[in-house]
Amino acid sequence: MSKLNGPGTRGLAFVEPTLFDQSVPGRRACDLPPSDVDDGEERPGAKIPQHLLRDEIEDFPELSEPQVMRHFQRLSQWNFDVDSGFYPLGSCTMKYNPKINEAVSRLPGFTGLHPYQPPETTQGALQLAYELQEMLAEIAGMDAVTLHPSAGSQGELTGLMVMRAYHTACGNPRKKILLPDTAHGTNPASAVLCGYQVVEVPSGEDGVLHPDTLAEYLDEDVAGLMLTNPNTIGLFERHIAQLSDMLHEVGALLYMDGANLNAMMGITRPGDQGVDVMHYNLHKTFSTPHGGGGPGAGPVGVVETLAPFLPNPLVIEDDDGYRLSSMADRPMSIGQVRAFMGNFGVLVRAYAYIRELGAEGLKKVTELAVLNANYMRVRLTGHYPIPYDQPCMHEVIITTEGTGSGETNNIDVAKRLIDSGFHPPTMSFPLVVHEALMIEPTETESLETLDAFCDTLIAIRGEIDEAPQVLKDAPQNPVVGRMDEVTAARKPVLRWTRE
Amino acid sequence: MRYLPATEAQIASMLEAIDVPDLQSLFSMIPEELHLPREMDLPQPMTEEPLLQHLTELAQRNKPLAGPRSFLGGGVYDHYGPALMDQILIRSEFYTAYTPYQPEVSQGTLQAIFEFQTMICQLFEMDVANASLYDGGSALAEAVLLVDRLAKRGTEPRILVSDGINPQHAEALCTYLRFRDNIELEPVALDGHGVTDLDALRGQIDGAAAVVVAYPNCLGNIEDLAQVSAIAKEAKAKLVVSVPDPIAMGLLRGPGAFDADIVCGEGQGLGLPPNFGGPGVGLFAVKKKHMRKMPGRLCGQTKDIHGKPGYVLTLSTREQHIRREKATSNICTNQGLMALAATIYMALMGKQGIREVAHSCHAKAAYLRAKIGELEGFTIPYDAPFFHEFVVEYDGDLGALMEGLEAKGFYGGIPIEETRGRFLVCVTERNDRTTMDEYIDTLVELRRAQA
Repeated sequence: MSKLNGPGTRGLAFVEPTLFDQSVPGRRACDLPPSDVDDGEERPGAKIPQHLLRDEIEDFPELSEPQVMRHFQRLSQWNFDVDSGFYPLGSCTMKYNPKINEAVSRLPGFTGLHPYQPPETTQGALQLAYELQEMLAEIAGMDAVTLHPSAGSQGELTGLMVMRAYHTACGNPRKKILLPDTAHGTNPASAVLCGYQVVEVPSGEDGVLHPDTLAEYLDEDVAGLMLTNPNTIGLFERHIAQLSDMLHEVGALLYMDGANLNAMMGITRPGDQGVDVMHYNLHKTFSTPHGGGGPGAGPVGVVETLAPFLPNPLVIEDDDGYRLSSMADRPMSIGQVRAFMGNFGVLVRAYAYIRELGAEGLKKVTELAVLNANYMRVRLTGHYPIPYDQPCMHEVIITTEGTGSGETNNIDVAKRLIDSGFHPPTMSFPLVVHEALMIEPTETESLETLDAFCDTLIAIRGEIDEAPQVLKDAPQNPVVGRMDEVTAARKPVLRWTRE
Repeated sequence: MRYLPATEAQIASMLEAIDVPDLQSLFSMIPEELHLPREMDLPQPMTEEPLLQHLTELAQRNKPLAGPRSFLGGGVYDHYGPALMDQILIRSEFYTAYTPYQPEVSQGTLQAIFEFQTMICQLFEMDVANASLYDGGSALAEAVLLVDRLAKRGTEPRILVSDGINPQHAEALCTYLRFRDNIELEPVALDGHGVTDLDALRGQIDGAAAVVVAYPNCLGNIEDLAQVSAIAKEAKAKLVVSVPDPIAMGLLRGPGAFDADIVCGEGQGLGLPPNFGGPGVGLFAVKKKHMRKMPGRLCGQTKDIHGKPGYVLTLSTREQHIRREKATSNICTNQGLMALAATIYMALMGKQGIREVAHSCHAKAAYLRAKIGELEGFTIPYDAPFFHEFVVEYDGDLGALMEGLEAKGFYGGIPIEETRGRFLVCVTERNDRTTMDEYIDTLVELRRAQA
């Protein structure tokens, strides 16, 4: 096998069976305090009907504490993560997660709060949330912000419901949500959940949505347009202000998917571009960790006219200090989309991030994120086709279409990158680009890392021509090779069972 | 700035390489009038130590739960999470990774999800569980949306929802369905014992698509799932069960034992801190025949090309990134790290521990409930079997009682029907007898002082 010069190599990896395969009857990993109450019953649950009681949870594991520790330690070693290496997953903003944020989010004064405590005992937490609402509003130029939604997709649903509640209050909920063909998959799924029909609008050959195109789709049935800005191609929707005016003329609203806010901070603000509703992804732009797939947080910002419809609870300030709003305070609210105020633990991390960087720091974040993406674009030019070959924002899309003899594709390149110690970019998205690789470097990566990654991609480009089988056989270095996903889907094994 | 590795010299060389004169010019594609002409108005930046001090001060302005002195439940339960949990959760191999899209370099996360799915199935006695949803509220909403997908096309499913559903979860359900005109939610009242009124249910069941009950319910009482299921199944309605604290499954049969079609719930009780209400973790399990219509990520076991066993995300043709507007749900990111936390907790508790925690909660709650029932001025209005929460009715000024308890360092319960002096008391394994006796003495003193 030929060798690439990335940081990845093969290392010792442990075999680690499931918890259930290691279970030994009678073993335990917890010691509970002895019972100090006598409820006068001869067995636990004597007052509960027998048919509702169980003797044991069948096949639940029985392990010791050292075994449990070793188990999860070994599993962790099979993961690729941002702290180990470059993770340029487009649309996901895999930036460095500051360690101080983990420390402050674990303060018992935050983690130990129960949502039913009286507000006078949670003033510090409420103040933090109130100030985060204000700071997020300022960063995006919105008038009001709710921290309630659990992640981006729930933020989308919330934002769309706010739009629908507004239209309903105006006398007609309307029927359609317009989406460019470059939209994230969550956008149409959220729109349908909110009871709207989805109408796809083609973006122009230059990758952005054009006013002439929008005009063809606009009528009084349109509730709004959902636009990602910068869009998923990494381009700024430069007609956005005009698009907003056109929507407003027919009484429709402009929703912005804020997944790519990392490209705008301190430079331009959605509120000033004519956006009426947007969501933020705190786990992207504001560096709360991705957690292997959550928890995130998806705050929603709106203009003044939509503020009455935002979900409860909002953090409000009155003579007694801070408290959470209820329907009594905000009767037009759409209500809650989840239990309690939101993913508070995530909010603490985002608050700490914004307070540490400040206005100047956040602007620098954006500038360097965009610089890094453009640097990679230029370095990869001539090696891979770049479908929208123009200055980009925070991410750049290359394609493998037309490279080599056609034996290999974008997935093969992605898998080959793994061998040299890089996480692959987002594959096969956006859908308008065939064999796309969407690269988002973020601002926290060094020039040395960007160069090493580009060198590797360029070396792989050579392999596409000269040694395509090497790509087909990749990856070789991780604990497992390519997985049989077809069988996984055809005959799903979704849980352990005793053989 | 310590998180930004680019030096001034490197920035200059990179700008030169891309032929752009300065950083500002990187944004020339943004129309001039959309540029922010000023600096954002944010507080001055802080370095690490002042930031730590500032956050510590904010944290100190809160009064967190103090172990045994809290009797708050209502959907967020204070069970003890062993120290080992955080040692794993702080490993950045887990918390700085993303959704395991590249299985070859995500086997750790994937195997942990597979184990999570397995243990949730074991707890609930169900066939298939997903990799988690956001929380107990949105999980309940997703359960009802699944009932809608399972219903015959073109029908308008009527769904009977017990008044025993946690009010926070019920609120999320109503909001999710606000703009889904085809689904009708119809409440089913509770009876005088504090459980779903089975006669009312029998009267309403004809033609209903599903029955939704909580187990235990929001008054802490245990629904007789055998009877609820019999009524539902005879009328060919689906049974949906919402579990607010999975610890109860250490004592109670899983809903699957009563032929539940969908089980949803909140997993925060699996050793996760209360966190002011989030993040917790939404739980979701179904019968195998509903698997291909369920929402959320699923991890499956398979083999790699060399025949070595491993794991992948699977059945993704249900999901938004493939199916877009035809997806089973809009969910993308879920609660991965919280599902991992719950997995570690369940592994630590194990077969014996989870049972002991459940028994301890129940025995202590039974002790406190019996003692309070003997006090003058306090009654226990419901006599249905309960798990670790129960309602108390006080004949005096409830607000003053709660304040009095707080002054003594107790979070004494959640007022639920203030006009009737009712409050909800939760007991977990963390409440010890000495503290409970002190709580009882305080109730006596406060009533005496009020009278």
